[in-house]
Amino acid sequence: MSDPMSYNGGTVLAMNGKNCCAIASDLRFGVNNIFVGRMHRIFPVGKKILVGYSGLASDCQTLNETIQLQTNLYSLREGRQISPHALTNLISTDLYEHRFGPLFVEPIVCGLDEKNEPYVCGADLLGCLSKPTDFIVSGTGMEMMMGACESFWRPDMEPEELLEVISQCFLAGLDRDALSGWGCVVHVITPTHTRTVYLKSRQD
Amino acid sequence: MTSVAHGPYEINVGEGVAPIQMLHGTTTLGFVFQHGIIIAVDSRSTMGPFIASQTVQKVLEVSPYIIATMAGGAADCAYWHRVLQSEVRLYELRNKSHMSVAGASQIFANIMYQYKGRDLSVGTMIAGCDRGVPSLYYCDSDGQRTKGSVFSVGSGSTHAYGVLDSGYRPDLTVEEAIALGRRAIFHATHRDSYSGGIINVYHVHKDGWTKYPPIDCLEFFNFEKNPPLPISKDSLADLAKGPIVPAGTPIPSPAPSAPAPKAEPAPATTTSVSVTGSS
Repeated sequence: MSDPMSYNGGTVLAMNGKNCCAIASDLRFGVNNIFVGRMHRIFPVGKKILVGYSGLASDCQTLNETIQLQTNLYSLREGRQISPHALTNLISTDLYEHRFGPLFVEPIVCGLDEKNEPYVCGADLLGCLSKPTDFIVSGTGMEMMMGACESFWRPDMEPEELLEVISQCFLAGLDRDALSGWGCVVHVITPTHTRTVYLKSRQD
Repeated sequence: MTSVAHGPYEINVGEGVAPIQMLHGTTTLGFVFQHGIIIAVDSRSTMGPFIASQTVQKVLEVSPYIIATMAGGAADCAYWHRVLQSEVRLYELRNKSHMSVAGASQIFANIMYQYKGRDLSVGTMIAGCDRGVPSLYYCDSDGQRTKGSVFSVGSGSTHAYGVLDSGYRPDLTVEEAIALGRRAIFHATHRDSYSGGIINVYHVHKDGWTKYPPIDCLEFFNFEKNPPLPISKDSLADLAKGPIVPAGTPIPSPAPSAPAPKAEPAPATTTSVSVTGSS
């Protein structure tokens, strides 16, 4: 197992829009260069918040389980859903707790806050947060996707345009990364509902 | 000097390690049958996990009667096959007859053996007909040279062998043999991340070789039989209480009072294949 961050492969991308945000991931679950099967790496945390995990698949699942436990306890205790801002801080501390033996995960939070403002935030494997105003990428296809996003992202996109832009950027990146692909799923979060779309992507 | 991290395919340049060798990941295959030889290859070239090209021509036309496949380092294969090409042509000019496949592969193997231990990375199949009899050789940068009837070379070769061995018979028709070759390469590209792109097929026969139209791997994949991973109950079922709608359905503008749109009668898969960005 050479590098845990690229052992299973996979990429997650999230983008801000106007009163909406979107998150996309591929479906590959591999072992180094061999494609083994498909898995989801985006999970909901209550309404209007999705968290995508890239990195080592086992650590992605572990972190997700931990986050689900903590957010469920939070909503029972507080009688309301956790805000995306609080969620990212929770993820950050959870990751930093493993400072000297880290979880090999780079999570991305994508959702709408209490005022329905889009909120996109990423963390590195030690829990350092970065909250961009435009988009954030993590995973093996990061470099390739970043270029496409720099070109096509623009401020205040409506849900339909956001879906198109995130899809095109994601597919452009996927086609240049050997460790991502084998299907792709995109979620667009709007104040009223979340839309999920599967994209037809290369299977090699 | 830093140690080589990922095998002999990265070369040491001063302090660091430069992963400059391309084409390491590959799937190529060749087999002999009653009507000659089928050679099938993928077309992906990678530098580490980065896909450098999806349209590489991995079958090298050594002469009008001999072809060779390439796997390993792109430059090593391309250069030494050009040397082989010139050797074969010079032989023809000098002797007024075609060089045999045995002869051509022996020249190639001798070159490889001369450079043994100097980090060349080559795995090749050389195919042609000697006096109407098809012959297929495998040569590599260790200096090995083997005659055989079924070979597969590259990172996807194990996957290709699985399909090839289950469908191989010496009495295949040309159409069956081509289909088998393509199918084996396709399944290898599906499982091996470092293989992919398009599938090139050559039929080698007593009058030389014939190239068949290249086919994109994507065309082989049956999206009906292999739907994308369905959203499971545990993961995304109550996803923000939003319905899963087929793509192409316009998204209603976010009005707080607007009722959520009814989900379309979902097909067997709640799949909506809408955007095809890959061209």
